[in-house]
Amino acid sequence: MTHGKYLRYLPFAILAVAGLFIAIGVARGEVASVMEKAVNICLECIGIG
Amino acid sequence: MKIRPLVQSLVLLLNNAYLKGFMSGRIYKGPLKGVCVPGLNCYSCPGALFSCPLGSLQAILAGWEYSFSFYVTGLLLGFGAIFGRFICGFLCPFGLIQELLHKIPLFKNKRIIKIPKFFLYIKYVILAVFVVALPVFAKGEFGVGYPAFCKFLCPAGTIEAGLPLLAGSEGLRKAAAGLFLWKALLSAAVVVGCIAVYRLFCRVLCPLGAFYSLFNKISLLRIDPDETRGALCKMGLNPRREVNSLECIRCGDCKRYAKRRPAGLGSSAEVMANTSAHIIHSA
Repeated sequence: MTHGKYLRYLPFAILAVAGLFIAIGVARGEVASVMEKAVNICLECIGIG
Repeated sequence: MKIRPLVQSLVLLLNNAYLKGFMSGRIYKGPLKGVCVPGLNCYSCPGALFSCPLGSLQAILAGWEYSFSFYVTGLLLGFGAIFGRFICGFLCPFGLIQELLHKIPLFKNKRIIKIPKFFLYIKYVILAVFVVALPVFAKGEFGVGYPAFCKFLCPAGTIEAGLPLLAGSEGLRKAAAGLFLWKALLSAAVVVGCIAVYRLFCRVLCPLGAFYSLFNKISLLRIDPDETRGALCKMGLNPRREVNSLECIRCGDCKRYAKRRPAGLGSSAEVMANTSAHIIHSA
């Protein structure tokens, strides 16, 4: 198999890793952390904090 | 009818569909905020329904709870593997804002500018230093850092969130000081820069574009160089040679030129003349 053919499968491998990462992140409660930050006004974002 | 402006407008509206927030000066606090969108859209914008991936990543990296964000990194990897910088061209609200700014006829003879490579690498430094390194390593005594890109650089935060929120809150206006002045001046410079140069922020400063660019050569969505035509696109790229390079945002303009004027019919110069554009080779 040539180098180019390996590259064809690379995005699928990355997608698999991405799915695994998302599952781990959800399982350990990161969505709640994202929510916690996002539902309050981000003072750094608006240039105050 | 062009599809891209339609998609961009729909994405901008969908991302900021909490119209009540603009009236009340308050942000949306519902469950959708747990989901990150692929493009740059500040989650403190009064209309934002979803979260900004860069803000969320920095918030988790800077916090005391986790040292790495599997959730946001996974989303970014997934978006990148499927779309690459197609996200910049079609799905980024701040990308549309930059394109609208470029339509303002403030400067005469707007030209397609090929930005020297040195400047194009700045966004990778911003990604490494401001989005990752500073939130991870610059922590205070309680183990909490700060989202350095949001705090010091992000013009999307100032324009989409800072200005509308400060306009509606006297308390926030009183709290605004030197840091806000810095961000306002930087945002003003980005606005003027984007009026003069097509997607200047996207090309030079955006760390999200820098991240997605790493997937441009391998992402599932790509453009066949044989289907392209034109001397230089608006991003300053040669479509044939650089259609899947780090800088290509997959806007598809080069494919439209090719459909209008297939290879062998007319020169590249004629194609560019049709777009009423001038070309500067500065690199």
